[in-house]
Amino acid sequence: MPDYQICVDYILSVLEPRNRGTRPLGEDTDLVADIGLSSLQVMELIEKLEDHFDISIPLNILPDITTVGDLAARLRNLDG
Amino acid sequence: MLLDKFASMARTRAELEAAGLRPFGAVTESLISATEAIVEGRPVILAGTNNYLGLSYDPRCIAAAQEAAARWGTGTTGSRMANGTFAEHLALEAELAELYGVPQAMVFTTGFAATQGLCATLAGPGDVILLDADSHASIYSGAQLSGAEVIRFKHSDPADLEKRLRRLGARTADTLIVVEGIYSMLGDTAPLAEIAALKREYGGWLMVDEAHSLGVLGEQGRGAAAAAGVADAVDFFVGTFSKSLGAIGGFCASPHAALEAVRFSTRAYIFTASASPSVIASARAALAIMRTEPELQRRLWTNAEQLHAGLRELGLAVGPQPGPVVAVTLDDRETALAAWQRLLEAGVYVNLVVPPASPTGASLLRCSVSAAHSEAQLERIIAAFDACVVPCATAP
Repeated sequence: MPDYQICVDYILSVLEPRNRGTRPLGEDTDLVADIGLSSLQVMELIEKLEDHFDISIPLNILPDITTVGDLAARLRNLDG
Repeated sequence: MLLDKFASMARTRAELEAAGLRPFGAVTESLISATEAIVEGRPVILAGTNNYLGLSYDPRCIAAAQEAAARWGTGTTGSRMANGTFAEHLALEAELAELYGVPQAMVFTTGFAATQGLCATLAGPGDVILLDADSHASIYSGAQLSGAEVIRFKHSDPADLEKRLRRLGARTADTLIVVEGIYSMLGDTAPLAEIAALKREYGGWLMVDEAHSLGVLGEQGRGAAAAAGVADAVDFFVGTFSKSLGAIGGFCASPHAALEAVRFSTRAYIFTASASPSVIASARAALAIMRTEPELQRRLWTNAEQLHAGLRELGLAVGPQPGPVVAVTLDDRETALAAWQRLLEAGVYVNLVVPPASPTGASLLRCSVSAAHSEAQLERIIAAFDACVVPCATAP
């Protein structure tokens, strides 16, 4: 499975165009509170990650994910 | 606080009430026919009822319900597992099994209970549910309850489904693939021939929800899988009586003998009262009509083509193909709300669908067509869209 830092970097590259704040995005960026992703936009992000890393991301993991770092950590632990 | 999370919904409801709008839960005050009613004080043509064959008001179905109520009483007052299995329920199960050419079927009290209950029960921890992204809420809800790993694939995209099946490898033996025959919001038909071919190639168990395709597609109204010629690849046919059959209830038919064990393992089947005999009797009457009167399905499609062509010629954003659901997409929620209200005032009831219930993030004015619509009624619906929606809609 993809390395944690590679996951973080790719997630940040996808999210950067949505950064409307003055601070750069990072591992601690909250997907909803900081970037304001809607549920539909979260699913679009998931689809991009799935295509990029050729993995399937179960919906079950989503309730536990708040930050970019949370998401990257879960991707690293996926079976396939 | 427990109820704080509902504050946003309460505000939205209050805004709609203040504006005099009731798009969600509009009251039908009296029914005139399968296609006409008094809604919110106004006589309207019903163009959003999923009453595809118009059978909710068929005198034969009404008579069957009346006779059953007189014979069996108003309710069973118990679960199918206890006192709630009446001869009517067993007769309907036998008729559904015969329709699909399988040895067994089971009947649920609602369609929601059928899909939610089966998804929650068929798959469990360690299994996988692979569902179409635009699946009905009952499927998502059942998948969540199941404890299985839930993976969604892009809507009606066989290539994306194939990628996910490939990634699962040997786990496909424990994978339930869930699709719908016709999707309820936009009315598009699933590519079932391609999906069935992938199931055969990679393995897995295929569930097809025929809720919106029963009576609408296939010989004798069997549905989308039969119409695509792949019924033999389906492991679980599920559906509802609340659309083409004009009643309420759900079902599952399966070639697998294990369905009888599933029946006694499904909470949504066990821990609820069975459907009233009058409801089952009207569903049986409607099922017989659906199977023996193919002209109803033909008329439905003729009507669907008339409405789809009429709305498309107005320049509205409808789907690429005609179907029993014709949805007009509007970009903006407020525009859709206002258009819905103007349509009601002009004598046409349709469904308003706004995010997150809509699959694309846009808002929809969702029409469903009925075999019972007359040509003149469809012309009035199209004229109402011309007057009420075209001025505020952007070109597709």
